[in-house]
Amino acid sequence: MSDVIVVGAGVVGAACAYYAARAGLDVTVIDRGPVAGGTTGSGEGNVLVSDKEPGPELELAVLSNRLWRELAGLGGFEFEPKGGLVVAETEEVRRQLTELAVKQDVEHTPVDGPALRDYEPHLAGGFAGGVFYPQDAQVQPMLAAATLLRRGADSFGHGTLRLRLGVRVTGFIRSGERVTGVRTSHGDVLGDAVVNAAGTWGGEVAALAGVELPILPRRGFILVTEPLREPLIRHKVYTAAYVTNVASDSAGLETSAVVEGTPAGTVLIGASRERVGFDRTTSVPVLARLAEQAVALFPALREVRAIRSYCGFRPYCPDHLPVIGADPRLPGLYHACGHEGAGIGLAPVTGHLLAQVLTGQRPDLDLHPFRPDRFAKEAS
Amino acid sequence: MTHDRVTYDLVVVGGGPAGVAGALTAALAGLRVALVDTGTRLGGQYFRHAAEPKPAPGLARFLRQGRALAARADVLLGHQVWNVSREPDGGLTVHCLTRRPAGERAVELRARRLLIATGAHDRPLPFPGWDLPGVLTAGGAQALLKGGGVLAGRRVVVSGTGPFLLPAAAGLAAAGARVLGVYEANGGLGLARHPLLALGKAGEAAGYTATLARHRVPYLTRRAVIAAHGEREVEAVTLARLDRDWNVLSSRVVACDTVAVGYGFVPQIELGTQLGCRTRADVDGSPVIDVDAAQRTSVPGVWAAGEPAGVGGWRLAELEGRIAGRAIAADHRADHRADQRADHHTGHPADPPPVFARRRERWRAFGAALQRAYPVKPGWQGWLRDDTLVCRCEEVPLARVREAQAMGATDARAVKLLARPGMGWCQGRICGYAVSCLAGEPPQEPRRPVAQPVTLGALASLTHPQTPATPQDPGDDPAH
Amino acid sequence: MTFHITVDGRPVPVVPGQTIGAALHAAGVRSWRTTRFGGRPRGLFCGIGVCFDCLISVNGRAPERACLLEAEPGDEVTTA
Repeated sequence: MSDVIVVGAGVVGAACAYYAARAGLDVTVIDRGPVAGGTTGSGEGNVLVSDKEPGPELELAVLSNRLWRELAGLGGFEFEPKGGLVVAETEEVRRQLTELAVKQDVEHTPVDGPALRDYEPHLAGGFAGGVFYPQDAQVQPMLAAATLLRRGADSFGHGTLRLRLGVRVTGFIRSGERVTGVRTSHGDVLGDAVVNAAGTWGGEVAALAGVELPILPRRGFILVTEPLREPLIRHKVYTAAYVTNVASDSAGLETSAVVEGTPAGTVLIGASRERVGFDRTTSVPVLARLAEQAVALFPALREVRAIRSYCGFRPYCPDHLPVIGADPRLPGLYHACGHEGAGIGLAPVTGHLLAQVLTGQRPDLDLHPFRPDRFAKEAS
Repeated sequence: MTHDRVTYDLVVVGGGPAGVAGALTAALAGLRVALVDTGTRLGGQYFRHAAEPKPAPGLARFLRQGRALAARADVLLGHQVWNVSREPDGGLTVHCLTRRPAGERAVELRARRLLIATGAHDRPLPFPGWDLPGVLTAGGAQALLKGGGVLAGRRVVVSGTGPFLLPAAAGLAAAGARVLGVYEANGGLGLARHPLLALGKAGEAAGYTATLARHRVPYLTRRAVIAAHGEREVEAVTLARLDRDWNVLSSRVVACDTVAVGYGFVPQIELGTQLGCRTRADVDGSPVIDVDAAQRTSVPGVWAAGEPAGVGGWRLAELEGRIAGRAIAADHRADHRADQRADHHTGHPADPPPVFARRRERWRAFGAALQRAYPVKPGWQGWLRDDTLVCRCEEVPLARVREAQAMGATDARAVKLLARPGMGWCQGRICGYAVSCLAGEPPQEPRRPVAQPVTLGALASLTHPQTPATPQDPGDDPAH
Repeated sequence: MTFHITVDGRPVPVVPGQTIGAALHAAGVRSWRTTRFGGRPRGLFCGIGVCFDCLISVNGRAPERACLLEAEPGDEVTTA
């Protein structure tokens, strides 16, 4: 019998388990696959504040950013507080970017055209300027998830965090109107609370509990280059179009590549955004667009080779906000999913807030915008 | 010569025995065919030859086929295929790269049908020191000799498992290397009763046997190289006597400058998995492309022949290529009839004539028997030390693999995500099998949407309407 | 007729049709780059374009597989 059962061993589930264990709860994490086998293992590792419109998601991002910096002290995974550089093609866009940065009210430095090369010596010429966000960072999400799970088990006494991998949740156990556990491919697991941290598959898990959660997959491709001998790119670099794409409702293909180097020496280029269901088929035109945008930012990449690509499915809700908190429709059920392309960045704050809710504390941020039943109300 | 963007009736990927046989069969039936290969000459691995070819069994016939093909089809050498994708109109695009003085160029071929004849590569197993220069795959040593007339070394130890060790060792010995021994990790009854003889390849095996005897090369079973030693290059190896599961019974150190190792083959099936072709487990558990009696895959318009459809050697490969070529020609004819009549896609693929089918069954049985006779046994994992590199590209030692497993990586993909084996240049082609074994699962289908490295410049060029693919650009002809 | 390429400025003979990798091997050069983490020497391993151990820079271009690249007169090879 656990205090909390977390369904999903991705980075969000790992963070929920870590903070719950740290709060003194007895946690069992269940995943049908390995650690970080879903969307966590197919993203870029973005920890961004720069791409968020002012509002509740930005508040999450700012707090999460601070928490990531604390967690990085655990060691065991790469965390690079490298900063993000958003560049503008035209003077008009540069002005809009600067205005947005002011409204965001996060640390930033406006950069004029000639000064861009001080930040990125290999950046193409001709950009009107941009904004530098020192808080933007990069994390290796798979190792981070594994580390959080391990530390959750190690640091707070044995038995507070159990990991059940290769175990599929097949249903929920109820006692009266309350959730008291889950049925799995490997027997029943009992617990006072169940946290749905199943990411892109969060809607399916919710359906097993009999509640509706409109979470859909958004496909993203990422290109990875050969390792470079000398680092070519210092920060996360992207064009202003990225910010508008993040908030877009278009089902069609959008690409506005974030380009950055990694400690392994490779350059990551991605991700594209498409709503095409769970289709893994590689689209060469999408890869070509990513390559074109990367070369437009950094002409020296023209002769650099892409050696692989991968795709993942980001979980998104109709209003592009995550679902975090208790489900009023079913006592004992909690959700921590639907983070779209920001799940890595927002994992710590999600785990932190949920642990506060689970232990009866008042959460540091208002969870109303992220309430699980907000979609049903809109529909009726 | 310029022409509008052509759509080939058939594009064949791979210029070995399967690809050439398939392409020639289809071209002789009147199809518009292109054959694409990475190499600068046709041949693949088995028929690899120097610019001035030396006589070798079957080679003269293969070269005749190659000349006949070049007269009837576009043979695009020096072209690496990095992706094949399905277009909205149902056709296929074969994405190639070719090297030009000005840089790499992307070439797109349009095809109604595809034949995957991409062969296989050696399957190495890691052991301490296996990344020292002077340790080569058996196929690598063969390739140096066949393609460039170059000896891999002077004092050579050949080790691993499977019948391919014999030609590799015989080739080296005949070319003047001192082959200290052939160390076959599996059991068996010695060279005189080698399965190659028992299974009816008597002539071929006898030739290798005679060569090894003439050069006094010992052939010893239940033995293997379990470590290589040296500073900048191989200077010595540890040779071990093994039990039937390949656990080490005893060992000694032997001085040598070169090691040729091979533990079977890995079929190159990623173009098939890119297109969603169904796979099956081969005798040894490795994924191969599932084909029907006419070598047709589960994906319409896509055929496979040779090792990608199951490891069986060059004779089987050539036969499967011919069978595929006939079926492809029949499919082409059916499409043309369908243009005039309405009974589209009701016919079955042209099944091979019984004589072909029977011969194919014989060779397949032979290939399967060899795979069963030379399995990889789990004891090799005990040869590794904590600091032995499992992944050469990302330099991942065994200890990091074990650590990833302890952190919740319960399958090979998760090991890759946490510890990076297979994330580098070769995309797990070299270490993938070993990582699967270490993770305790059978090798999984490769996911390699970018099957060959492609410069971002060449990739970006695909966003613009392409100039027609013109394999016959003046002065640009890479064939022969 | 053999011709020569240069390897770090040193002439290396080539039989026409040989790859850069084969020519280096024949000249006794068995490693020509070091790995980025451990600094370990690397040369030919698979010999058929699969393992990428044999990457080498020819005429100042980005690294290519020495085992696939046919040597041409005048090629200037630089090892890392």
